[in-house]
Amino acid sequence: MKFGILVNEGPYQHQAADTAYQFCKAALAKGHRIHRVFFYHDGVHNASKLTEPPQDDRHIVNRWIKLAEEHDIDLVVCVAAGLRRGLVEENLAPRFRISGLGQLIESGIQADRLVVFGD
Amino acid sequence: MPMLHTVNKSPFERNTLDSCLRLAKKGSTILLIEDGVYAALEGTRVSDRIRQAMQEFRICVLEPDLEARGVADRVIEGIERVDYGGFVDLVAEHDAFQAWL
Amino acid sequence: MGGKVKRFMYVNRKAPYGTIYALEALEVVLIAAAFDQDVSLVFVDDGVYQLKKGQNTKGIDVKNFSPTYRALEGYDIEKLYVERESLEARGLTEEDLLVPVEVLSSEELRELMEQQDVVLSF
Repeated sequence: MKFGILVNEGPYQHQAADTAYQFCKAALAKGHRIHRVFFYHDGVHNASKLTEPPQDDRHIVNRWIKLAEEHDIDLVVCVAAGLRRGLVEENLAPRFRISGLGQLIESGIQADRLVVFGD
Repeated sequence: MPMLHTVNKSPFERNTLDSCLRLAKKGSTILLIEDGVYAALEGTRVSDRIRQAMQEFRICVLEPDLEARGVADRVIEGIERVDYGGFVDLVAEHDAFQAWL
Repeated sequence: MGGKVKRFMYVNRKAPYGTIYALEALEVVLIAAAFDQDVSLVFVDDGVYQLKKGQNTKGIDVKNFSPTYRALEGYDIEKLYVERESLEARGLTEEDLLVPVEVLSSEELRELMEQQDVVLSF
């Protein structure tokens, strides 16, 4: 099955980003496909390359990058939500791209299920 | 299969669970995740409401979230425990998905 | 893209201004209008406050986005539903709302939700 994922909350602030990641990992392990993860609202902060958590904690941004590299997942940050919060090309982590909300709607159309994680 | 609903808020703090129970169609499945797992516990103000809801809905709870919160030993009997893989299966086997945010 | 038209439902459950969800949900809906899908908007719980007449945000210096709901018709988004129970619980009636809506019982809304392909809740 083809899943689209929507992440609406920032990393570390809310569990949504963690649950979304665990869901993606489990789905891939079961042979499903994640075609896109779309980051909206404060979820755009999942894509900040400036993120530096304490050594003994998970690195949420790098975790997304690794997953995307291993499974060819499209990581899309909403341009409008990003601009509003200062998340722009200059501080965008690798593997992520900035694009419009149309990518979210398209994901809803193309995926078999759009799975939403937020507050 | 009908819809899968997720609820991720504590029923003691927000009305999310109430809204889901009011607006979800009978026969659909409700998965409690994150702080939503507190609704699955025995001996609380909402336990009876959940037991009642179990007549009309299939109620599941995300085990890793229970364990993280130290409450895995208090789940109301009859509530189905799933891991993340089980969460994925639930999404796949239902026709549609709604997260009650 | 081709293929079948999907039914998209946007469920608004949060009040405006206290958090950004209402405004950014509206931004999604405006983009969604361009995709030729079946779009409906639902307002339940505190989401009904998004449609309250007479919003004046001058004092908090935040953009008043409520006029946008009236503009939705121009985007061919005409299916706006409000849950009667949510209105009544907040002491509101249809006359308090700034745009024409269809008021539904919980029962009717439940049926409508069940028919959707994609549900996005904000």
